[in-house]
Amino acid sequence: MEIAEPHVTERPERSRLKARVPAGRLQDKWDVYKNNAKLVNPANKRKHTIIIVGTGLAGASAAATLGGLGYNIKSLCIQDSARRAHSIAAQGGINAAKNYPNDGDTIWRLFYDTIKGGDYRSREGNVYRLAQISNNIIDQAVAQGVPFAREYGGLLDNRSFGGAQVSRTFYARGQTGQQLLLGAYQAMSHQIQEGRVEMLPRREMLELVVIDGRARGIVTRNLVTGELERHVGDAVLLCTGGYGNAYYLSTNAQNSNVTAAWRCHKRGAFFANPCFTQIHPTCIPVSGDYQSKLTLMSESLRNDGRVWVPKDTNDARPPSQIPEGERDYYLERRYPSFGNLVPRDVASRAAKAVTDEGLGVGETNLAVYLDFRDAIERLGRQAIEDRYGNLFEMYERITGDTPYEVPMRIFPAVHYTMGGLWVDYELMTTVPGLFVLGEANFSDHGANRLGASALMQGLADGYFVIPYTLGGYIAGAELGDVTIGHSTFADTERAAGERLRRLLDVKGGKTVAEFHRELGQIMWDHVGMSRNRDGLLQAAEAIRRLRDEYWQNVNVAGRNDTLNKNLEFAGRVGDFLELGEMMALDALHREESCGGHFREEHKTAEGEALRDDDDFAYVAAWEHTGDHARPQLHREDLEFEYVRPSTRSYK
Amino acid sequence: MTVHLRIWRQAGPDSPGRLAEYTVEDVNEHMSFLELLDVLNEKLITEGEEPIEFDNDCREGICGSCGLMVGGVAHGPQPRTAICQLHMRHFNDGDTIVVEPWRATAFPIIKDLVVDRSAFDRIMAAGGYVSVKTGGAPDANALPVTKEDADLAMDYASCIGCGACVAACPNSSASLFTASKIAHLAMLPQGTPERRRRVLNMVDQMEAEGFGDCSNHAECEAVCPKGISISAIALMRREYVRAVLSS
Ligand code: FES
Repeated sequence: MEIAEPHVTERPERSRLKARVPAGRLQDKWDVYKNNAKLVNPANKRKHTIIIVGTGLAGASAAATLGGLGYNIKSLCIQDSARRAHSIAAQGGINAAKNYPNDGDTIWRLFYDTIKGGDYRSREGNVYRLAQISNNIIDQAVAQGVPFAREYGGLLDNRSFGGAQVSRTFYARGQTGQQLLLGAYQAMSHQIQEGRVEMLPRREMLELVVIDGRARGIVTRNLVTGELERHVGDAVLLCTGGYGNAYYLSTNAQNSNVTAAWRCHKRGAFFANPCFTQIHPTCIPVSGDYQSKLTLMSESLRNDGRVWVPKDTNDARPPSQIPEGERDYYLERRYPSFGNLVPRDVASRAAKAVTDEGLGVGETNLAVYLDFRDAIERLGRQAIEDRYGNLFEMYERITGDTPYEVPMRIFPAVHYTMGGLWVDYELMTTVPGLFVLGEANFSDHGANRLGASALMQGLADGYFVIPYTLGGYIAGAELGDVTIGHSTFADTERAAGERLRRLLDVKGGKTVAEFHRELGQIMWDHVGMSRNRDGLLQAAEAIRRLRDEYWQNVNVAGRNDTLNKNLEFAGRVGDFLELGEMMALDALHREESCGGHFREEHKTAEGEALRDDDDFAYVAAWEHTGDHARPQLHREDLEFEYVRPSTRSYK
Repeated sequence: MTVHLRIWRQAGPDSPGRLAEYTVEDVNEHMSFLELLDVLNEKLITEGEEPIEFDNDCREGICGSCGLMVGGVAHGPQPRTAICQLHMRHFNDGDTIVVEPWRATAFPIIKDLVVDRSAFDRIMAAGGYVSVKTGGAPDANALPVTKEDADLAMDYASCIGCGACVAACPNSSASLFTASKIAHLAMLPQGTPERRRRVLNMVDQMEAEGFGDCSNHAECEAVCPKGISISAIALMRREYVRAVLSS
């Protein structure tokens, strides 16, 4: 097959991208920012309508906070209730530098761990701010009545999570995301009652409306009636989560999608580091073609479970009959100091390495064991049940096996996307007035996110960052009067309507799910846990072909003027088919291995990731240049003034 | 295995509905019940028919989107399990399974198996929170809470808002849903300042939405995917009486 050489391998231009991180000492930057931010007169806040898309941790916390400040908030979500956003599924916990256990944690240490864990591909200023704010989040959540786990003395309990050397993770059983989200949802409900927030559920954002170079509104589809609706505002906050469903199978919810973010990208917002995806090491393996999602097993399990495979590729014995000497505890062997607690990207790649050698277990051979036998012997069954009872139950429900007796079978699955729309220190995109919060932006996790940091970031953005930075924008911008009668609204709505009609009119021979599954397979095979140049070139080409076929041959059921989930999915898969190619191009251009991005050409003699700080210590931000044109690469150079990028070693 | 399905089809809120019959072959026992519906929908789409609409999202029992009456039981035969977590190994070859939406006046049908549960959001907005604005919260450890109270609060707080309690109740009461939030916040010192207003406003809203009264059938507890105890309802009643008496 002849494959065209993409011109993204050219040296990227040094670009105009400015992160606008304030000057001053790292510890002072956020204070400096707040001291100098313009304020909106309290009496004027209610004259400003802010549109918030998505009601996960970032969106709900932003709506609650900005509503509380007096802004006029319009909040929209695709679910039937704001309480169902996918943040709800986060199990493990939320980090904060409270140092309640007195085990040596500090704001600096949380900052340092996060930036190192991200393999030095994030901004110092942002990450430090995140660590500073982390403590306020816990205070806020407790004041809302979030029932975090407590010790007998009545104070909050902490645990160590994801290989951290200190116990800084707050948790509410295995349902931390649920409890934090309900806290934010309840705070938002309070503002709904106060009349400060208008909540519109079952709405999908299909377009961003840009007038005079500023984000001034959105077009949504009412998912019950199919009507297109126009919403006008002074700023748009996108809090729409990640794009892991580009891989079809992931731990994301069925409706998680990139559409809102992608539409903004096509209206001028740069997309940063799209190839940085997190593949979580402890998920329940795929069992068949009908599979619709993958279920994560909290990585807290690795605190007590030991990961192994048989030493012999032909060993078909049940695990209990494989003697100690014939087991390979490969994480403990390869990483003696961190053992089973190495970061997610390292653990996932190691699982891939052993299954690639044919050592995988289970029906498909695409699994490894996570074994609690020794922990049960050491601590007793009750202790293990207290720690992981609900997770074991969940595992048993899905697989029919009980982990108290048979080791779990686990395998990596797509879980989180570190990439996302590019934002500056104020969380504003390259489109003035469009802000992006939470997983939907690219900002704080670099090339790999640490456990218990997603909840922290979503809530930091919504509760504590955006109230300051949005105010600065509103107070400083010349916002002319715009109504939904503006011609740009009409044009944008027409574009959204035409796309829906086109999808329904194809009436081809393949379902949306078939296309989605095919895309997912390409992504998993070539843009997954390990990547190489040929595979990425092939993937980009295959996705282009699949996308062309999509618009010729997709079969979308039903009509536009009613609830029609197949039509919703059709739009989302159409966008994934564009994003997927960009992910491959981004992975292709980044000729280094860092964090979750592992290029086979760039590794050490022992097979570990080899970063290239001289050439790639930058954020790759892609600009849309037309539907059939290649995106233009811009770079934001990352400067490390306070930490010296070192090689991550967990040996 | 092969299963026969009788599924409620209804084109819109005001259209008449009916049970339509389908057969799915080659059902794998590891499939979830919703994956079975996916397989059926793929077939329907390929044959040019409209797929069956049903709400779902996380498919791991936590978002509360899914909710079906399966064989006359809310969320199907397995206790403490949302329908998205029910796997086909709990059925037998040749079974006929009836699938219907939640039925309650306060949950009008939108289409097929999809209902409108926004009444729950309005009950929450009536008082299911602690009215603190962002910022200015005291240190998280300033207020100790006994482990027992915190654990109990967490038990009640684990409600996923799916509506199974309403669907299972002969009176279509939303008492377990409402009470679980009242009980969660009543267990904690943070919830104390507003406990009177909270219970009065939430109970009023529950009635205004057209949910029925609780007459202690306990069907709600039996189907609750999180196993929330009806002790929440007893607690709500005590809170209510106390609030009325003190006003
Ligand atoms: S789909 Fe989320 S609880 Fe069933």
